[in-house]
Amino acid sequence: MSSDQMHNDILQVRNLCVDAVPRKGKPFAIVNDISFSVEPGKVVALIGESGSGKTTISLACMAYAKPGCVITSGSVELDGMKMLELNQSEKQLARGVNISYVAQSAAASFNSALTINRQVTEIPVIKNLMSREEAEKKAIELYRQLDLPDPENIGKRYPHQVSGGQLQRLMAAMAMICDPKLLILDEPTTALDVTTQIEVLQAFKNLIHQKNTSAIYVSHDLSVVAQIADDILVLKDGKMVEYGPVEQIVSNAKQDYTRMLIDAAHVMPDTIHPAPVNTKQETPMFEANNITAGYGINHASIVLKDVSLRVNKGETVGVIGESGSGKSTLGRVICGLMSPKIGDLILEGAAIPGALKQRSLEQLQRIQIVFQMADVALNPRHRIQKILQRPLEFYFGMSGQEAKNRVIELLELVELPASFMDRYPRELSGGQKQRVNLARALAAKPDLIICDEITSALDTIVAEAILDLLQDLQDRLGITYIFISHDISTIAKIADTVAVMRLGEVVEYGSTSEILTPPHHEYTELLLDSVPDLHPGWLEKVMAKRLESA
Amino acid sequence: MTTETKKSAILDLYEDLTPTAILCIFCLVAIVFVSVFAPFIAPFDEAEIISDESFLSAGDESLILGSDYLGRDMLSRIFYGTRVTVYISVTIATLAFFVGSMFGFLAATLGGIYDATLSRVVDALIAFPSIMLAMILVTALGPSIPVLIITIAFIDSTRVYRVARALAMDIIVQDYIEVAKVRGEGYGWIMWHEILPNAFAPLAAEFGIRFTYAILFISALSFLGLGVQPPHADLGALVRENMQGLLYGTGAPIYPALCIAMITISVNLIVDWFLKRSDASLPDEF
Repeated sequence: MSSDQMHNDILQVRNLCVDAVPRKGKPFAIVNDISFSVEPGKVVALIGESGSGKTTISLACMAYAKPGCVITSGSVELDGMKMLELNQSEKQLARGVNISYVAQSAAASFNSALTINRQVTEIPVIKNLMSREEAEKKAIELYRQLDLPDPENIGKRYPHQVSGGQLQRLMAAMAMICDPKLLILDEPTTALDVTTQIEVLQAFKNLIHQKNTSAIYVSHDLSVVAQIADDILVLKDGKMVEYGPVEQIVSNAKQDYTRMLIDAAHVMPDTIHPAPVNTKQETPMFEANNITAGYGINHASIVLKDVSLRVNKGETVGVIGESGSGKSTLGRVICGLMSPKIGDLILEGAAIPGALKQRSLEQLQRIQIVFQMADVALNPRHRIQKILQRPLEFYFGMSGQEAKNRVIELLELVELPASFMDRYPRELSGGQKQRVNLARALAAKPDLIICDEITSALDTIVAEAILDLLQDLQDRLGITYIFISHDISTIAKIADTVAVMRLGEVVEYGSTSEILTPPHHEYTELLLDSVPDLHPGWLEKVMAKRLESA
Repeated sequence: MTTETKKSAILDLYEDLTPTAILCIFCLVAIVFVSVFAPFIAPFDEAEIISDESFLSAGDESLILGSDYLGRDMLSRIFYGTRVTVYISVTIATLAFFVGSMFGFLAATLGGIYDATLSRVVDALIAFPSIMLAMILVTALGPSIPVLIITIAFIDSTRVYRVARALAMDIIVQDYIEVAKVRGEGYGWIMWHEILPNAFAPLAAEFGIRFTYAILFISALSFLGLGVQPPHADLGALVRENMQGLLYGTGAPIYPALCIAMITISVNLIVDWFLKRSDASLPDEF
């Protein structure tokens, strides 16, 4: 990069180091010697797994460190302004006006008691940059640019009255209202459905181009980043792994770690899950026939309509759909947390009662569930040993040394060291917690495990490892899975048969290869089209196709 | 491994001690010591009339805190009074806690009609001003120590119920409870092993606050003449019976009042310290 260009950079980060200072013990580095720059109108992506320091770096660009963290050295220069050398009030002046931040969860960032307009226009109004009327006019213009429906009136609503994808775009409007020089987007689409994700992504991309804003885009998913970024900075453990233009990183990665990220990205796998060998089994392991169920008194609001499903022993059925499709409700009905209004559940030829209370111990033991959020599925006050030992006690009456040995065996099964027995869940990483969750389900020696979005909250590389583990366990123990996910690329890797759900109904059902080869149901097609491709330019192609068909 | 973690937990506690915490712990240890050993360390019996003169000032006739309205030794009265106060309030707080949290957890776990019924009954009881309710019950049943304990514990348990139920409601929706339900666990296990450990820290803090309220409550009742009956006296009764002393300019009513303040303030500060500590012991997030 020539010195002439360096002069024009909107943001220059040089040798940035951030230390974490624990309450007790020595400080340790969490961001180590990071340098990068953002040219005007360009987007730089920070990519890496959780703990790689990507959020810490993006916050440091605003001269902010989370409680317990200290920026120890380096420089951050925003359009010639040395951010780290400003005093507190100057920093506050710059934040929100010159540099703004869009957080991962828009739902958690909005105040549900104030209207959207009030919050979007807050910064220019309190900083006396615009009058409320001017700010509102500007907000409406931004809503229009972000493709929000009814731009004149959407701002008069409250946050809970708009969808998650819309809220995320409103968050961007809030960030853009002062025309910042730099926009920081921290995992803005991670919490969204795939179909919504590409709409939001497109809206962000358009806005950035129209306004010629520079941006930092933080994500763990390379395929998303490839659509929006110009340069990519790959991070691992707070250190730079690789830094370069998107094309170079995607097609010609120099580092092994980058290649791992590419392999784990949420793109369609080259080879889908091989078809099961014997498709004709006498009695399937599990059948759900014509299930209708709903919430409220007497199932007042129906969320599942006439859903049928069957899965053979040792196979996996994938259930896919967006949020609100009823896929998780189906999981709850099968494991007994919810009784169906109509329909039968059949476990290896024998009908089982819908209500948990009426099921026998044996029926309970044969069906286990693993939840999405590993951290809330483990009791934070129990050690791992207690968590894993309880099902052994409960179902098999094991205790003492026998149970302890079995716990060690279970930990081995999910590839965790035996020393984890004495730990509390908070001392484990997200992936490790999910393994413990899986081990707890395995402790019951179940025939059927319901996996409810178990990889969705994990980083791509960790999720990949969990999928491999599931596959391995199935091969060794012959367990049957019902795998619920919103990500069709994950389903393609693990499922033998797929049920595509929309608004509580199964719209397409068949073997994975049938579902994934055309002709598709139009909704399946939409889901398939929403899986990002690693190559830049994919987004434009898909959006053009959607416009055409609309 | 286990002993090691235990040792480090005690060490942790030691390292976290603040000057305030040390002072409060010292006060509490002194209070507990006095209430356990009152008969041995008190210079006189609580009912023994030592002097012909009432309301002697501190130091007169070698009585360290002077005499009360009947000429009894004030220091001994306070030692015995502390003993009664601490014994009654600890019993009340424990009882209130046991009953309140059990029903609170039960309501949250069972939900539906059980929760609604229990909660409305408790609402109705809370609607009575607590001092009025206590006065009615104590007057009706006669003021004896068991009646006092049961009445105040009953009234306090309705407050504990609210807190316990709210805590349990937050915990009951967590995924690990659902996992336990899917496993087929009964209510007993869910309440005892899944909810209680997670509600323990806030409940312990609430216990401290309830304990101080119980002291104030029993003192208030005694002040009104419905509490501990003569010749025994708790700290509140000591304040009331020596009120006249204010006219003579002696400290007789002041000393027991200071004792009440010392107990309640030090317990409260320790609770604050404990809460802050348990917040800080959450994992550091980066």
